Amino acid sequence: MSEQPPLTVEQFYKYILQGKLMGGKCKKCGKVHLPPRPLCDNCFSKELEWTEIPQKGKLLTYTIIHVAPTQFQGMAPYAVGIVQLENWVQIPGMIRGVALEQIKIGMPLTIDFGECVSTQQWPQWPRYYFKPV
Amino acid sequence: MKGDPLVSIVSAGLSKFGKLEGLYAREIFAEAAKEAFDRCPKLDPKEDVRALFVGHMGESYEHQGHTGATMADWAGLLHIPATRTEAACASSGVALRAGIYAVLSGLCDVVMVGGVEKMTHRTTPEVTEYLAMASDYPFEQWHGITFPGLFALMATAHMHEYGTTERQLAMVAVKNHHHGSLNPKAHMQKEIALENALSSRAIAWPLKLFDCSLITDGASCLILTKPELAKKFTDTPVHIVGSGQASDTIGLYEREVFTSLAAAKLAAKKAYEMADAKPEDIDLAEVHDCFTIAEIIAYEDLGFCNPGEGGKLVESGETKLEGRLPVNTSGGLKAKGHPVGATGTAQAYEMYLQLTGQADRRQVENAETGLTHNVGGSGATATVHIYRRG
Ligand SMILES: CC(C)(COP(=O)(O)OP(=O)(O)OC[C@H]1O[C@@H](n2cnc3c(N)ncnc32)[C@H](O)[C@@H]1OP(=O)(O)O)[C@@H](O)C(=O)NCCC(=O)NCCS
Ligand SMILES: [Zn+2]
Repeated sequence: MSEQPPLTVEQFYKYILQGKLMGGKCKKCGKVHLPPRPLCDNCFSKELEWTEIPQKGKLLTYTIIHVAPTQFQGMAPYAVGIVQLENWVQIPGMIRGVALEQIKIGMPLTIDFGECVSTQQWPQWPRYYFKPV
Repeated sequence: MKGDPLVSIVSAGLSKFGKLEGLYAREIFAEAAKEAFDRCPKLDPKEDVRALFVGHMGESYEHQGHTGATMADWAGLLHIPATRTEAACASSGVALRAGIYAVLSGLCDVVMVGGVEKMTHRTTPEVTEYLAMASDYPFEQWHGITFPGLFALMATAHMHEYGTTERQLAMVAVKNHHHGSLNPKAHMQKEIALENALSSRAIAWPLKLFDCSLITDGASCLILTKPELAKKFTDTPVHIVGSGQASDTIGLYEREVFTSLAAAKLAAKKAYEMADAKPEDIDLAEVHDCFTIAEIIAYEDLGFCNPGEGGKLVESGETKLEGRLPVNTSGGLKAKGHPVGATGTAQAYEMYLQLTGQADRRQVENAETGLTHNVGGSGATATVHIYRRG
């Protein structure tokens, strides 16, 4: 228990860097949390553990961003969507590796681990993406 | 008792909405406060106003936080308790709630509630970045999701599930621009053609330029008091008879559905219960049309139509000024403009004008009962208020 890394966003992204998609699981009620959280919102237990999340899922909804925030301007237009993974948890992310006009609700997608953004500033999180299966 | 007034609005003020070049947020707020004081000669601002609650979303715009005290000072109300409320685009809907708490608690007989935002001096990418702060940072902003993007995710889902069309979305914009053309304080006072709206450039597909609210400067405020004191200040008060507020996950992606806002539905349920009212009792409404899809979802969440039928409702023309249930007679966020922190109480200002017969060219005849619906972020906060002519 004490050996276990904390159930935090920071740790979630450390796992992403290792090519792992991990979420939290409540040992008491079994609820899976993505993002992970230190307190189960269902039963208030703090007894949580890391659990591997399936990397495949289907696209629930999406959009093509044309007007982007400053740091994403060079990438626009780009697609972002919300993906439901095979264990039913939902996660958003950019979709790449497919022509924008071929993106469809319901299409199967899999996670695509990005490269760590090399910046000295907080946060030094890597980015994950989605791509067609 | 259900349906009894909770508090009464005895005055209201609104600055001009638009690109207010050279003005600072506090100066814009002073303009709104001045109108509220002028409308209510029986109010002695320094004697009577016991607290200020002011909605303000972003310190990034002017590099200025600590907005509560600043706005109290510039409104000439120095030394009263002054509190800023922040709930993204619902910041002043929440300020209104806070004012109701203060009056109902018995701590304050008279309070000012309001909101302010100064946005247009920043570039669009900067504003886009600041607005996105109302969404989840590690999973939404970090992955390039913008504010229009969040509502676009809802639009795609609504279109897929219910067959809502881009044309129906554009009809919301055409309607609200028509209303805005009748409002001298609106940011954009011009009609738009359906075809132009449909062919405008993509911002976050399927949302286009004309599906988006405007980046606007502006401020709004109301003077609230106990219902039993209202007649001391005015012969024509407007009573707030229902108030609801609810919250939801900060991340849109965690929700069970993307075609409805649970917080808005819960806030509406509370407000209707308190007011002892049903959706059929509402004569007019100001809803949070930050994007055209949001107005369509609002119709459904507020019970104006069944889930999935919002597109058909706008198509029917019933929500036009001359329709059965006029929605966004002010022009809405779409045409009146959306200085985010000011929006919640600006909606209440329109309700105040309408229910006291002062809405001029956009007056809804015989309006007795109105509703406002204010949404923060992608729906992590929502407030709904119901008003009755005094
Ligand atoms: C849609 C948006 C990105 C457009 O910004 P932009 O690309 O910088 O557009 P510009 O300011 O350069 O304006 C270009 C023209 O379009 C007009 N315009 C700008 N925004 C408009 C809008 N939303 N609707 C209609 N016309 C608009 C301008 O008046 C201008 O017209 P002109 O050339 O005749 O003067 C911006 O208005 C926006 O981000 N809106 C959404 C704001 C938001 O998300 N609010 C919070 C919601 S909860
Ligand atoms: Zn649990």
